[in-house]
Amino acid sequence: MSRINDVGGMYGFGQIVAEQDEPPFHADWEAHVFALNSTLVRQGVYQIDEFRDAVERLPPGQYLASSYYQRWFLAIRALLIEKGVFTEEELDDLRDG
Amino acid sequence: MSGDHSDAPIAARVRHLERLLEERGLVIPGALDETLAAYLNRASPANGARIVARAWTDPDFGARLLADAPAVIAELDLSMRGGLQVQDLQVVANTDREHNVVVCTLCSCYPLALLGPSPTWYKSESYRSRVVREPREVLREFGFELRPEVEIKVWDANAETRYLVVPNRPPGTENLAEEQLAALVTRNGLIGTAPV
Repeated sequence: MSRINDVGGMYGFGQIVAEQDEPPFHADWEAHVFALNSTLVRQGVYQIDEFRDAVERLPPGQYLASSYYQRWFLAIRALLIEKGVFTEEELDDLRDG
Repeated sequence: MSGDHSDAPIAARVRHLERLLEERGLVIPGALDETLAAYLNRASPANGARIVARAWTDPDFGARLLADAPAVIAELDLSMRGGLQVQDLQVVANTDREHNVVVCTLCSCYPLALLGPSPTWYKSESYRSRVVREPREVLREFGFELRPEVEIKVWDANAETRYLVVPNRPPGTENLAEEQLAALVTRNGLIGTAPV
């Protein structure tokens, strides 16, 4: 059974948009999500294959509606909740910040 | 999986997550920026370009590169280690009759150590879905028109194995030194979506 990430050969995604002189990251938060993931894997909080799985099992609608690093953030968030590091309430309660 | 229903801007959510991880001692303040700087400093298409320039100027190196790339790139002090897991590397060389192009249909697998961060188009559903079905048309959209008799091979990278393309050496470069040749090699050339 394939997941939403398995798009090879699928029709309908349209033209490829290549950005000229694209920077490595488009915002600081993207760069930080990238670095956070490396850090959490190196700390042993989760493994890289668990991270890939967490991206691939995002709900299909959410997967397609999210940018690349938004998917990463959602995957990290889901893993931290599943591993019991934080509760959903802790991660989503931004009133303190 | 927990549902995600937050409306907060993602930058604020990432900052909040970082603060929580710092409080928990899982992230050291300032360490993320150091991690990033170190990564961007060592991972660049200039690495892939050095490999190609050596392969163009040293046929023995080129032949060994196609047979056992991870061992052979060590001769240039390059490595597929240093990431989150050790990856195999397969190098594929273009010829007059065969062109190679790389994709990761499932996500974004890419030889980061040798090419630096991947461009957004490489990670897009459009590229991932289409290049395996209509590579010639996709290359045309990149402005790269291959002669009809040239066969295209598409390599689908995965978690364990990454791919790098050795483009055809451009005509008229016989007298250039290795470093000058390396300067001609582009990231898209190393992916296979552009000639050099």
